[in-house]
Amino acid sequence: MRIVVDLNRCLGYAQCVPLAPEVLRLKGDEALQYDPNPDDVHRLHVLRAAASCPVQAILVDQLDATEGKP
Amino acid sequence: MSRSASRTPRTLGAFKRSGRIVIVGASLAGLRAAEALRAEGFTGHLTMIGDEPDEPYDRPPLSKQVLAGWVPASHTKLPRLRAIDAEWRLGVAAVGLDRAAKVVRLANGEEVGFDRLLIATGVRSRQWPNPAEAALDGVYTLRTSADAARLQKALAAGPKRVLIIGAGFIGSEVASVCRDLGLDVTVAERAASPLAGALGGVIGAIAAEIQREHGVDLRTGVGVSALEGDSGGHVRRARLSDGTTLEVDVVLASLGSIRNTEWLEGARLATGFWGVGCDAGCRAFDINGVVTDNIFVAGDIARSPHVLFEYQFMSMEHWDNAVLGAEIAAHNMVSDETQRRPHLLLPGFWSGQFGINIKSVGVPSFGDEILLTQGSYESRRFAAAYGRRGRIVGAVTFDYGKWLQFYGAQIAQSGPFPPLAAGFDRPSDARPVSADFPARGVPTGVPDVVLTGHDPNERSAEFRPPSR
Repeated sequence: MRIVVDLNRCLGYAQCVPLAPEVLRLKGDEALQYDPNPDDVHRLHVLRAAASCPVQAILVDQLDATEGKP
Repeated sequence: MSRSASRTPRTLGAFKRSGRIVIVGASLAGLRAAEALRAEGFTGHLTMIGDEPDEPYDRPPLSKQVLAGWVPASHTKLPRLRAIDAEWRLGVAAVGLDRAAKVVRLANGEEVGFDRLLIATGVRSRQWPNPAEAALDGVYTLRTSADAARLQKALAAGPKRVLIIGAGFIGSEVASVCRDLGLDVTVAERAASPLAGALGGVIGAIAAEIQREHGVDLRTGVGVSALEGDSGGHVRRARLSDGTTLEVDVVLASLGSIRNTEWLEGARLATGFWGVGCDAGCRAFDINGVVTDNIFVAGDIARSPHVLFEYQFMSMEHWDNAVLGAEIAAHNMVSDETQRRPHLLLPGFWSGQFGINIKSVGVPSFGDEILLTQGSYESRRFAAAYGRRGRIVGAVTFDYGKWLQFYGAQIAQSGPFPPLAAGFDRPSDARPVSADFPARGVPTGVPDVVLTGHDPNERSAEFRPPSR
C-alpha cells in the first residue's frame, strides 16, 4: 500500500505511532518518519493510524494496486 | 502520437468532455494536477510525460529514511487519490514546445498534441561544476530516487569520511543521516552558517551548534576548490579554499537546484533562471509578460506574484506549493474566467535533522529582523518570528511545531511585528535583531532577455543566449 504524510500539516501529536509502529516512527520529539510503501499486511494498522490523526495529515491510496498504473 | 491538426473544442463544455490536456512532468505536481483535473470533471484525453522512468514518487523521504537504510529508494511511490486514466509517457523527456502548432516534442522524435498544457517539469540538482571531478566514482548529487539508491549504497558500505558540499536543507539532512550511521562527515559551506539562505544567520548559528554537537566536522566560510581521484577514478581527496586537504571517499554536492526550462527554449515564454513566470492563476506569461490562454505552470518551476509579499514573483520548492499549485492550475484549466481561483499559498516547509523537527511558515527570507518569541535557543526548542517594516512575514520553529499556526494566522493577516505575543513559554528579554540573511547573489552575469524594436508597435522582447 502507499501513504504520504503531509508534514506541513502534521503537528507531531504522534497518536499514529503506537497504532502502526512498523510504519510510522518519531525521530526525536516531533519529527515523524514513515515507510511510504508499507507491506499490505499493515493496512489495517495504517488505516487506524490515519483515522487517529487529529489533523488528518496521513493520506492513504484510494486505489488497489492494479489500478495504479503505470 | 495524436498530432491531429488543431481541433480545439470551441466551448469549455466540449473541451472538458473531449479536449486534450498534456502534463509535462510526472512528479508530485503533475500527478496531483491530473487527479484534480479528473475530480473537476475533465473526461477528455490526458497525457502524462515524464523524463524519469518511475511512476510519481515522493522526494522528501529520500534524504532521510531512505538514506538511513530503513526504506528502499523504490518505496516512496505516491498514493493515488483517484483514477486518472492517463496515457503515460515515462522515461522520455519533452525537448520542445511549439505553441503555434500546439505540440510537445519528445526526445524520441514523437509529438504530442494538446489543447491545454501544464508545465510541471520542476528542478534538477546542480552538479559539481567541474565535469571531470563530478564524474569521479563516489561523487553524488541527491534529487531522484536513483540518486538516493546510489548514495544509500555508498553510505552503507562504510566510507571513512563523507564530504558534503553545501549546508542547505539537503546537505544538513544528509549530514544528520551520516552521524546516525556512525560515519565521519565534513560539511563545507561557503556562507557563515548552515541554512543561512532560508533562515538567516541567527538561526544558522543555532544550526551550526547543533551540527557540531552531533559530531559533524562543520567548516563554514570555505569552499571546495578541487576533488581528486585515485588511478581507478574514485574520489580520494578534497582541497578546500583555506588550503587544507581532506581524505574523503564519498562526496555529496548539495548545491541547490536548476529549473528544467531548457525544453521551452524558443517557445517565447517567460522562462528564466527562476522558472516560468505565470499569473496567480497559474497561467504562463509569454516573453513579453502577456498572459497566455492555454499554458499553465505548477510546482517548483512556477514563479508567480504573491499579494502577501508585495506582489513579488516567488518560486518555491516546497512540497505544498506543488500540491496546491497543481490543484489550482487544474481547476483553472477547466474553468472559465469568472470561476478561476488564485494560488495564494501561505508557504511552509519542514526539515528533520539531528532529531529536531524544523518547520517554517511564511517567507523568512522576505524579512530582515528576527525575534525569539517562545522557548529558548539553548534548549533547541523555540519559535521565532521574522519581520519586515513592522509586519510579520515568516516564522520558524525547532521542535515547536504546534505553535506554528499561531504565527501563520498572523502572517496571513499581515499582522504587526513584533507579533501578538503567545501566552506560553515566552522569553523575558528577547528583542528583535537583524536576521542576518546573506546578501542576494547575482544569479546570471548577463541579461537573458532584451527589448527590441524602436517603434512602440514593434516593441517586443527576445531571449539572447548567455555569452558564457
